[in-house]
Amino acid sequence: MSGLMISLQDAVVQGVLWGIMVLGVYITYKLLDIADLTVDGSFALGGCVCAVMVLVFKMDPWIALLIAGIAGMAAGAITGLLHTVFEIPAILAGILTQIGLWSINLRIMGGKSNVPLLKTDTIVSKFIDATGINKQAGALMIGVGFAVVMIVLLYWFFGTEIGSAMRATGNNEAMVRALGVNTNWTKLLALTISNGLVGISGGLVCQSQKYADIGMGTGAIVIGLAAIVIGEVLMGKLRSFGSKLASAVVGAVIYFVIRAVVLRMGMNANDMKLLSAAIVAVALCVPVVIRKWRLKAAYTEGGE
Amino acid sequence: MLDIKNVKKTFNINTINEKKALNGINLHLNEGDFVTVIGGNGAGKSTTLNMIAGVYPIDSGKIEIDGVNISRFPEYKRAKYIGRVFQDPMMGTAAGMEIQENMALAYRRGKERGLAWGIKQNEKSFYQEALKKLGLGLENRMTNKVGLLSGGQRQALTLLMATLQKPQILLLDEHTAALDPKTAKKVLEITEEIVDEQNLTTLMITHNMKDAIQIGNRLIMMHEGRIIFDISGEEKKNLEVEDLLRKFEEASGEEFSNDRMILAN
Repeated sequence: MSGLMISLQDAVVQGVLWGIMVLGVYITYKLLDIADLTVDGSFALGGCVCAVMVLVFKMDPWIALLIAGIAGMAAGAITGLLHTVFEIPAILAGILTQIGLWSINLRIMGGKSNVPLLKTDTIVSKFIDATGINKQAGALMIGVGFAVVMIVLLYWFFGTEIGSAMRATGNNEAMVRALGVNTNWTKLLALTISNGLVGISGGLVCQSQKYADIGMGTGAIVIGLAAIVIGEVLMGKLRSFGSKLASAVVGAVIYFVIRAVVLRMGMNANDMKLLSAAIVAVALCVPVVIRKWRLKAAYTEGGE
Repeated sequence: MLDIKNVKKTFNINTINEKKALNGINLHLNEGDFVTVIGGNGAGKSTTLNMIAGVYPIDSGKIEIDGVNISRFPEYKRAKYIGRVFQDPMMGTAAGMEIQENMALAYRRGKERGLAWGIKQNEKSFYQEALKKLGLGLENRMTNKVGLLSGGQRQALTLLMATLQKPQILLLDEHTAALDPKTAKKVLEITEEIVDEQNLTTLMITHNMKDAIQIGNRLIMMHEGRIIFDISGEEKKNLEVEDLLRKFEEASGEEFSNDRMILAN
């Protein structure tokens, strides 16, 4: 039983840290209506950059995290430029950046596919040393702290003039242009901010698990979509923008809790990606099936 | 005010679908001109408005507003001078955002957008007053999503949004064509009120010849990418629908066989 508790605690911590990435996915997927596949690459990029900065350049883990975020933003900006200036469809632009990042990430890690951070300080270890609480609680507090700060920042930003224009871009691009906003710029900015969050999330996950891995971002976009879908199902009734952002993070926590439970029930870890894909696929299919069924059911013979 | 000099536009140039949309348009609008634009399908009415708004670049010629040559400005930069209402009621508003958020976006048309709050408290009462004038009860629904409104309400709101900041030119592209007759009449009334109140320079495309004659101080008729008839003042007021049909035959050498225009009488 205590084994289950520990793995559930781990899952909650992981969920919150990955939740920062889900906030990034929320911006592109929910606000701009773009499924941005850069995420898989920029998440690993954040992790790799963070690990190398701490291990090789002996940087402070906070600064390493900041650089991970900037690296993520650069990746997002490349996808943004491909999509806006060169008019490559968003999905393809994301795939191109993602594939390119695989090689770049390997180069950053000096050709190795895995960089461990066994004896170096991390944000979590520093926080634990400073406060004297246990590792689990420390990691959780850092994660929750980050999530809250990011949600507040995003809530503020999307209420500003630029942020409102960005939300409207996802709603009705032609209208936004007619009102004097360069929609290429808002889309580029959204992809940049989104992947910045993803990079930070990659850096946080790297520091909490104490290694970076070339494959750590694989399937991240699907996890992000699954978390958003779960969050919507659980908290879809809440209408305010802040609670929608919070529901993305809660969705991520639930996702990792589900994952921990099914793994403890004996599911092969390699099957987890199939489960994630199935969750997203089902969530996208259900509304369509319901709509079609209702259309059919609405028919009565003879016009009664 | 608006000066269009010898503007030409050909779509799909050098392909089998090549279409000369504008064949050298010349048009000068004085401040406060309210011009109705009529003509058959493919005459170049919408293209003219889209060229002014910058939806596509022109091939040659020059477009000036208040002496500023905007011919090569991208669409979003021209927005500073131009208010627009489209034929499709869905096109002018953001459905997923609140009425007041939509208005706040429109209120900042052509202005630098920064990190200031997107809708200030003191703007709200201004929006409420403006909505009240529409007489549609929208002033009590400012935090409703625009997606909940009917087509007519959305069109009226778009019109209001286009004129929150006085535009140098107001472009109305058949903005009542998708509405039922009663709603269309109401939106037209609102249009005349707003244009009159702010003394706006306006180009309005319509397929209803009676409206074209009754509304505004000037009327132009287009055919095959040219302006073939331009009439204003008393002369315009005394026009009859039959005169327009005859004029069309004279100028184009063809019979006016556009069902939509004849039925719209």
